[in-house]
Amino acid sequence: MTESPNPLFEFLLRQGDNALVLGHRTSEWCGVGPALEEDIALANTALDLIGQTQLWLGYAAEVEGKNRSANDLAFMRDAYDFRNILMLEVPNEDFGRTMVRQFLFDAFQVPWLSALRQSSDQRVSEIASKSVKEAQYHLERSAETVIALGDGTPESHARMQAALNYLWPYSGEMFGNDSTDQAMHEQGIAPLPQSLHKPWMQSVSNTLAQACLAVPEDPFAHSGGRTGFRHTEHLGHMLSTMQVLQRSYPGASW
Amino acid sequence: MYSQMVKSTGKAVPTLAELSPEDRAFQKRIDRGEKIEPKEYMPDAYRKNLIRQIGQHAHSEIVGQLPEGNWITRAPTLERKANLLAKVQDEAGHGLYLYCAAETLGVSRDELYQMLHDGQMKYSSIFNYPTLTWADMGAVGWLVDGAAIMNQVPLQRTSYGPYARAMVRICKEESFHQRQGFHIMIAMAKNGTPEQFRMAQDALNRFWYPSLMMFGPSDKDSVHSAQSMAWKIKMNTNDELRQKFVDETAPQAEFLGLTIPDEKLKWNEATGHYDFSEPDWNEFYDVLNGNGPCNTERLDTRKKAWADGAWVREGMMAHAEKKALKAAKAG
Repeated sequence: MTESPNPLFEFLLRQGDNALVLGHRTSEWCGVGPALEEDIALANTALDLIGQTQLWLGYAAEVEGKNRSANDLAFMRDAYDFRNILMLEVPNEDFGRTMVRQFLFDAFQVPWLSALRQSSDQRVSEIASKSVKEAQYHLERSAETVIALGDGTPESHARMQAALNYLWPYSGEMFGNDSTDQAMHEQGIAPLPQSLHKPWMQSVSNTLAQACLAVPEDPFAHSGGRTGFRHTEHLGHMLSTMQVLQRSYPGASW
Repeated sequence: MYSQMVKSTGKAVPTLAELSPEDRAFQKRIDRGEKIEPKEYMPDAYRKNLIRQIGQHAHSEIVGQLPEGNWITRAPTLERKANLLAKVQDEAGHGLYLYCAAETLGVSRDELYQMLHDGQMKYSSIFNYPTLTWADMGAVGWLVDGAAIMNQVPLQRTSYGPYARAMVRICKEESFHQRQGFHIMIAMAKNGTPEQFRMAQDALNRFWYPSLMMFGPSDKDSVHSAQSMAWKIKMNTNDELRQKFVDETAPQAEFLGLTIPDEKLKWNEATGHYDFSEPDWNEFYDVLNGNGPCNTERLDTRKKAWADGAWVREGMMAHAEKKALKAAKAG
């Protein structure tokens, strides 16, 4: 890919878009969760993620210096300018896929945000400090759910294994390594995501074993989300929903 | 309100002399303003009536998530999206408190769901109306939550302890929701573009009469109300609350520069209240009988969510049982 003129901006978009896109998917569960307690928990997760989006994209907009706001970035960019990983934009499908995705992502976010607390960039460190507490809570819940449903009934086990098999090829993108990652690493802003792969794999394998789920063996990893080179077809549909008011009534305040 | 047309005994309220000694003692406790707690004596009809009322209220909170959920994915800014998510989360929480209050009367949440799905229990008619533009999120907060508050504030003093306590928590959050809705209306009607103003007026046009219907038909026709009021599970008449709502809302509409779709709406110096037109009660009964614009859709959505979630609930239960078994063996 071409070298980004502003790696910090790219980096912040990756953080913000991950939160925005997963927050959006999670919010699709509103009112239709499998139990009332899950409705509440899903809304809570979505709420945390939208809050994180405001922080990351707010800072991204400042760093960009083009007089855009977090809302401009969320609602006025097209798919090729989004920097979220593909795993977070694929549809929810069922509660199983929703929770396996949440778990695979949380298991990355907790060590990732923990590391970002040491960032040389004070704002990044502050946002990470606030977000990591939420991520820890999300991980606790998603891991517990994955264990329960992986172990539960033959049907719940089969659904969770199918979800894992589907999502696994999308999980590798979290550990990408490109010029933006290198630049962030050199400036002490963030560790290389790659450096988290081994511990992530260990913690994920540990939970999946408790969930009686088999870790897929194929190491293939899709990519194209965090660089914006090639998203899935799903993102465009998500954005056409998410952005409809800002696009239809440009300049209006809400 | 969130509970309309709750059927009670269908008979006139008996006098104290007509009651059995137990029921007389019970009624006297209520008259003294005492709270009735779950394990204490209560007449069967009181219990049944409460179950229907609290259950209907709980169902309304749950079904009420849907018309707003319809706009969460299209909220126009991150702040609005967060606010709406928080609001819908609160509503699920209210549902939870209320189902718990109903459980203290000996009916489980699953049983109540079953009755909702079978059509034996209702939820508020208001949630059978569609939300068509973003201004509806404003109108629902402003009018629907506003109307709900009118009924729920006095219910904090209702005779059944767990219900009264649930209502205290609920009221705090509802008034916040109403302000949030009103702010959406301000942004669109007062500070917005001509298109936003049009959306705001259109939302008011569609939600005005359905909001008035939330209070239920006039009390003069209702034998149910009198008994519920004697039991203090209903604190004011439908007409009193409706009038209070109109009196509070009309000046707010004026402040927003919006027109309430009622030519007869006018301040009456003599009564100290607004005069206003009754809603079309035929429409109300149509909605109650399942023929509102969204009845089928709302109930189908809830039934589908429940059916789709069955494997999750079963999986969770199976895991919990296995865990308990392991713990028992280890212990």
